[in-house]
Amino acid sequence: MVSMKVNRRRFVAGTAAASAALVAAPFVRSANAAGKLSVGFWDHWVPGANKATEALVKEWAEKNKVEVSMDFITSQGNKLLLTTAAESQAKSGHDVLAFSTWLPARYADQLVPMNDVMEPLIKENGKVNDTVEYLGKLNGKWLAVPATAGSQIKGPCSRIDLLKKHAGIDIQAMYPAGQAPKADAWNLDNFVKAAEACQKGGNPFGIGLGQTSDSVDSAGALFHAFGAQLVNAKGDIVVKNDQVRQVLDYYKKLMQFLPPDVPSWDDASNNKFLVSGQGTLIMNPPSAWAVAKRDAPQIAEQLWTHGFPVGPKGRYAPFLPFFWGVWNFSKNQSAAKSLITHLSQASSAEKMTNASQGYDIPSFEKLTTFKVWAEESPPKGTLYHYPNPHNHQTLSIAAAPAPHKIAEQIYTQAIQTQMVVRYAKGEAMDKTLDWAAKELEGFSRN
Amino acid sequence: MADIAARNPAGHPTQQRSGLHKLMQRKSTIAFLMALPLILLITILVAYPAGYAVYLATLNKGMTRFVGFGNFEFLFGRDTFWLVVYQSCLFAITAVIFKAIIGFVVAHFVHNIPAKGQRKWRGMLLVPWVIPPAMSTLAWLWLFDPSYSALNWLLAIFGIEGIPWTGEAGWARFSVILVNVWIGSPFFMIMYLAALKSVPEQLYEAASIDGATWWQRIWYVTLPMMRNIIAITALFSLIVTFANFDIVRVLTAGGPLNSTHIFGTWAFRVGIEGGDIPLGAAVSLFMVPILAVAATFILRDITKRGSEV
Repeated sequence: MVSMKVNRRRFVAGTAAASAALVAAPFVRSANAAGKLSVGFWDHWVPGANKATEALVKEWAEKNKVEVSMDFITSQGNKLLLTTAAESQAKSGHDVLAFSTWLPARYADQLVPMNDVMEPLIKENGKVNDTVEYLGKLNGKWLAVPATAGSQIKGPCSRIDLLKKHAGIDIQAMYPAGQAPKADAWNLDNFVKAAEACQKGGNPFGIGLGQTSDSVDSAGALFHAFGAQLVNAKGDIVVKNDQVRQVLDYYKKLMQFLPPDVPSWDDASNNKFLVSGQGTLIMNPPSAWAVAKRDAPQIAEQLWTHGFPVGPKGRYAPFLPFFWGVWNFSKNQSAAKSLITHLSQASSAEKMTNASQGYDIPSFEKLTTFKVWAEESPPKGTLYHYPNPHNHQTLSIAAAPAPHKIAEQIYTQAIQTQMVVRYAKGEAMDKTLDWAAKELEGFSRN
Repeated sequence: MADIAARNPAGHPTQQRSGLHKLMQRKSTIAFLMALPLILLITILVAYPAGYAVYLATLNKGMTRFVGFGNFEFLFGRDTFWLVVYQSCLFAITAVIFKAIIGFVVAHFVHNIPAKGQRKWRGMLLVPWVIPPAMSTLAWLWLFDPSYSALNWLLAIFGIEGIPWTGEAGWARFSVILVNVWIGSPFFMIMYLAALKSVPEQLYEAASIDGATWWQRIWYVTLPMMRNIIAITALFSLIVTFANFDIVRVLTAGGPLNSTHIFGTWAFRVGIEGGDIPLGAAVSLFMVPILAVAATFILRDITKRGSEV
């Protein structure tokens, strides 16, 4: 074994040379120098969607002579969440990992800054929406790169026939395929009227008010539409405001026309409700439509994905991005960044979106007009408005703009849907607000 | 072998053997060595995680500094925490009482079945207990499904309005307890059956001669003879039920409005889903003092009765 004494002068010289090399050639490109890379991706719901990612990684690995091992980790039973927590605690695991919505901020101190990846990507593919920036960037540091696979908008998916029959609304005319929306009349007043008409007609809207993501996201978008904040960007608890009172009153009215069991709905309930033919409208990415296409084609033919109704403070839709991040204990960070850059190219994003039948939405401005959304059928153009191609609505996340550590708790503990259900079930407004304020106070601890 | 080794008298020619050899010949050393694999296993799988949980519970939210009992103090001020304490106690105590009653009754039925057919019944009755709870709870979830409940479908046939099994706080609590009782009763049944079989038949004969009624035989013969088994089974079940996770997680995930959260599920919600691992650890550790008090009372009673005998 050869030993070499390193004195201070030699150490400084060596470090400087290594840093210079890293800056000059940030990503590993040369053969035999790239080593190994371990990647943990989110295991896609849509059958076959992982294959596009797998092919892209193999293509990159061959070109860069990197030995890559891939794991597709399901989010069922919180497996991905537990893997992330375990890797964070053990400071060991995958080099690149898929981080769901709030996790880049949660693990901010353990993630490698990605500014050098994001800046060229933004230059090339256009800017990202404010929600992606809120979730993925902290104090000027990009914590992770928004991933195409798994990123989704949970907009309304409606039955064309039932909306027309019960509420007299032609949703295709409001959201025509290939054209900008003509949806000025699609506002919260007409939304609640349509919910009432459909409920009376025997096909209610299916908007969950449980404590899982779909319910929280829908509530979050409607809270935004009223400008109702629980905690502001500075971290001040502002829940006792008129906008919150207004949204709770609105929801109380709306809840009368929803199925009585919505407080216990989970993320599968709304899908089942629509696919079974009972419901007129749900808030979901096109996975319900994809299941209907396979299991109930006569229902899929009547489904149309479109925008949210506009409220007093605007039209908001929930956007849930996935991110690819690199742990700071990764031994091959330059290769990890190179792979993420490859996966974030427009051509890669399009392959992933195609493989997911249009489910995946890239977060970059110029990547929301892929052919797949215009061409998917039945009916043709059903997904045209899904990626918000005309920036018709503001993409948002529930609990924003509160500081991440508070917002994440508001989201995971479903404070907004709990407030709605409490008030709608007869609790006094002030009592509901007091309860929420106390919970929020608890989330503010450091 | 240990006995033979222990019988070697001191001062025998083997006295000159090394100290290590003598140590190895001691009964206690051999017992320790034989128990060592289990001790190591418990240290790795129980003691270390428990110690680590205590350590985590003393850190701040960002896990950057020591806060002592800060997390526990914080919990005492939260309404949701006290709701969870109430629900955990309600869930565990109600479920254990019903499991004990059902187990006791069914054990008597099975005990009275002629020996020839008893094995089949025992096997069938153990099925709920041997199926992994996460799987059987999934089946219950379909029965209780908010929109497509099979039970409600049956009720509808008789013109009865559907029940919001998991949609309303009271019914949701009832549902999780029901599933726990369904899964856990066979354990009580098998333990009680074993105890029943060990009650000497002569005691019943003597009671019959004295003119004891069916109830008197149960009260004065069966129950006193089974008291220790009942106590130990109840304690064991109380610990397992308090620490339950899968049934509530699968069936209601703590909802609606946090009305079915118990320590395990709320610790998961706060710690893993919410990213506050120290607080989650503090919530889960709160089970320890409650169970320690229960264990002390139950075991003290057993020791007392043991010394009486």
